[in-house]
Amino acid sequence: MPVPDGAVLSRRGEIVAALRGIVPGEGVISDPASLRAYESDGLTAYRQVPLVVVLPETTAQVSAILRWCNGAGVKVVPRGSGTSLSGGALPLEDGVLLGLSKFNQVLDIDYDSRVAVVQPGVTNLAITRAVEDRGFYYAPDPSSQIACSIGGNVAENSGGVHCLKYGLTTNNVLGVEMVMMDGEVVRLGGQHLDPAGLDLLGIVVGSEGLLGVVTEVTVRILPKPQTARALLLGFETVERAGQCVADVIAAGIIPAGMEMMDRPAIHAAEAFVHAGYPLDVEALLIVELDGPHAECDYLVEQVARIATVNGAVTSRVSTSEDERLAFWAGRKAAFPAVGRISPDYYCMDGTIPRRRLPEVLRRMAALSDHYGLKVANVFHAGDGNLHPLILYDANQPGELERAEEFGADILRLCVEVGGVLTGEHGVGVEKRDLMGTMFTEIDLAHQQRVKCAFDPHLLLNPGKVFPTLHRCAEMGRMHIHHGAVPFPDLPRF
Amino acid sequence: MTDQEILRPYGTDELVEAVGQAAARGQRLEVRGGGTKSAIGRPGRDTALLQIKGFDKVIDYDGPELVLTAGASTPLADIETLLAQNNQMLAFEPFDHGVLFGLPPAATLGGVIAAGVSGSRRLTAGAVRDHFLGLRGVSGRGEAFMGGAKVVKNVTGYDLPKLLANSWGQLAVMTEVTLKVLPRPQTVQTVVLSGLDERLACLVMGQALGSQADVAAAAHLPAEINGGLTLTALRLEGFEPSVKARVQMVLEQFGATVPCDVLPPEASALLWEQVQHVRPLQGEGTLWRINVPPMAGSEVTEQLKPYGARCLLDWAGGLVWALLPTTDGGQGVRDVASALGGHAMLIRAPEALRRSIPTQHPLAPGVAALTQRVKDGFDPAAILDPERFI
Repeated sequence: MPVPDGAVLSRRGEIVAALRGIVPGEGVISDPASLRAYESDGLTAYRQVPLVVVLPETTAQVSAILRWCNGAGVKVVPRGSGTSLSGGALPLEDGVLLGLSKFNQVLDIDYDSRVAVVQPGVTNLAITRAVEDRGFYYAPDPSSQIACSIGGNVAENSGGVHCLKYGLTTNNVLGVEMVMMDGEVVRLGGQHLDPAGLDLLGIVVGSEGLLGVVTEVTVRILPKPQTARALLLGFETVERAGQCVADVIAAGIIPAGMEMMDRPAIHAAEAFVHAGYPLDVEALLIVELDGPHAECDYLVEQVARIATVNGAVTSRVSTSEDERLAFWAGRKAAFPAVGRISPDYYCMDGTIPRRRLPEVLRRMAALSDHYGLKVANVFHAGDGNLHPLILYDANQPGELERAEEFGADILRLCVEVGGVLTGEHGVGVEKRDLMGTMFTEIDLAHQQRVKCAFDPHLLLNPGKVFPTLHRCAEMGRMHIHHGAVPFPDLPRF
Repeated sequence: MTDQEILRPYGTDELVEAVGQAAARGQRLEVRGGGTKSAIGRPGRDTALLQIKGFDKVIDYDGPELVLTAGASTPLADIETLLAQNNQMLAFEPFDHGVLFGLPPAATLGGVIAAGVSGSRRLTAGAVRDHFLGLRGVSGRGEAFMGGAKVVKNVTGYDLPKLLANSWGQLAVMTEVTLKVLPRPQTVQTVVLSGLDERLACLVMGQALGSQADVAAAAHLPAEINGGLTLTALRLEGFEPSVKARVQMVLEQFGATVPCDVLPPEASALLWEQVQHVRPLQGEGTLWRINVPPMAGSEVTEQLKPYGARCLLDWAGGLVWALLPTTDGGQGVRDVASALGGHAMLIRAPEALRRSIPTQHPLAPGVAALTQRVKDGFDPAAILDPERFI
């Protein structure tokens, strides 16, 4: 992380007083014991107590806080529910932590237009809860949906098991109200579909809290499908399971969800929740189909047939809602299940072209031997998003470091085969230093200049996403082409 | 302008050189793929023409991966043919603007992405931006860069493809693009409801989309553009048994109160092709593309009637194509769109009008300033056709 600014640390009293002037009462937290609650997010290997925490309740307060901090040169880290798995909300020793938890209201629901307008602190699941009595839901469903906030989802462009068919957050958000670091409030998007000019909303979603603080979100809500059914399919090899996935898609079927687990993950999950998973298979697929009854019945048959052709040794179709949920129970509990068989685990999040899966799993097994650490794999099979869970014991000296090195090697492998560092968890602090494996300096500079357009003093959530922080003036400089400085009379920023 | 300088770089290195030199000389560039949208924007800008040809190979296409990578100047028609052969499609339903301007079809993949061209299915399947995964290009700085990736699920770094879609070439010249592709529906049928006025039509379309019938597209053709017959169309597509069941669901929902008819696949395709290419609004007049919240669609048509507008509603009312007399100055359209929470873009208009008002809807001041700063980052010398929409 950036070296803490001693001058800012020494001004702590002044900063706290200024924030108290903006947010009265208990909205400013400065005592050490209470601050400790904010020292990490879902990536608990990284911890830092923030300088001070502020919990505003209105857009005007957010604007005043950011304007004051911008003027005073004080860094700000925005935080939703703190469930980031990449350290996106990791505090700074010399930074204000701005929590959006008090923005917890559903503001408007319009069923005719199928949109909901909510505050950023509303949890992902609460949106569905607010509209389900009318038969609607909000589609993206990250596994932390009971706790994670929609503002955090916007920052991270969160996915979930249903995003192959229904998209990530970015495909389900229509508009935001956002406060920029200088305090200006802008509205991007709205209830209409296409933007009038550049798609700034598109760049804000997934920007990991570096571009602005979102204070209102307009999301698309969808009618709940008439029914959903799932298949539980076991295979003797990962190759066969992978081919089954490819054949399902080649048949024109986009399932609502398509999850794969490898042997260690199957065993851990079965031991934990007793979902009835077969223990004699190398790969387990859960394929969920949703829609009208007629469609589900038809597609269930098609998928079962494709599975048989690919040599499935287990093939069960859910015949009731309870059974469907039982199929999912093991998968949904995979992380805690692994947590039960190992003191600690480290969850990775690379995406690969699906056709490279067998090779990637083979090489991951070799890495596992090399590092002497076990790995269990759960996998969003439809879109190639891998979640290897590296098992380690933080109390054994050096194991955390080995787990991190193992994880970095897995991500490098993902990039090498044509994939990416992160499919849905974000870069944050965790993968920041690996960005160079995917992007050149020039590629990164094109991204960082977007950051400069929103936050020229680099005060909002610095130290995340980008491996090196170039000053914006330096970034904006034009190279000298062909011996001449272009436009010597143009003002430079 | 007939004496416009023309640059024809071949390959990325030559393109980097051409853009770099233009930046050094302060030479503004009009970036052109197939040229089907050249008549959109302010006429008579002082630009050299940067003709993008030769970036026209399919680089990687693996159907089950749902990903296609191709050169930016690959003809859209070629891509659609290739995908159709593999029972796949670009789900955002891009179309060729050549039809709107009486030109032969020549749209390129890069062109439809840069112009954010999405058709009727955009309502439910998402726009270009929702299917645009990655790119290589040369920014106005004369630097080759990449953004996004070649897999369907990725959140690594900023989502530059979102910015490049609908940027009209004002940030960078794209050379290679990666798109998400999806299975083509096995069949399609359309339930057409007759006799609804615009307000009821928007309500019906909204209710249909809020039902479990999984309606893929919804459009409304008022009588005056459809040979005297008012028609509201709800498209159902997918697997045979599913479509059959969902047509019944729609008929049960509306059949008792509104005269309904069901169009089989061929007739469906014909109808949606008409909507897609705005064929009912061909001919004399100024063509606007108005984006509003869907329920405001009927209000747009109502408020534009005094101006002599004829309208076609797509996206369940969220997209209004409006044809106005060529004598109209455009301010009324802009005011109506703004007041209803949307925006209006001038698509086909006489030169005089394109000189007198901006082609794109003016942005709120804060958003306009932010947009300009983003553009400055990609194109600090302001050579990528900065006057086109001013």
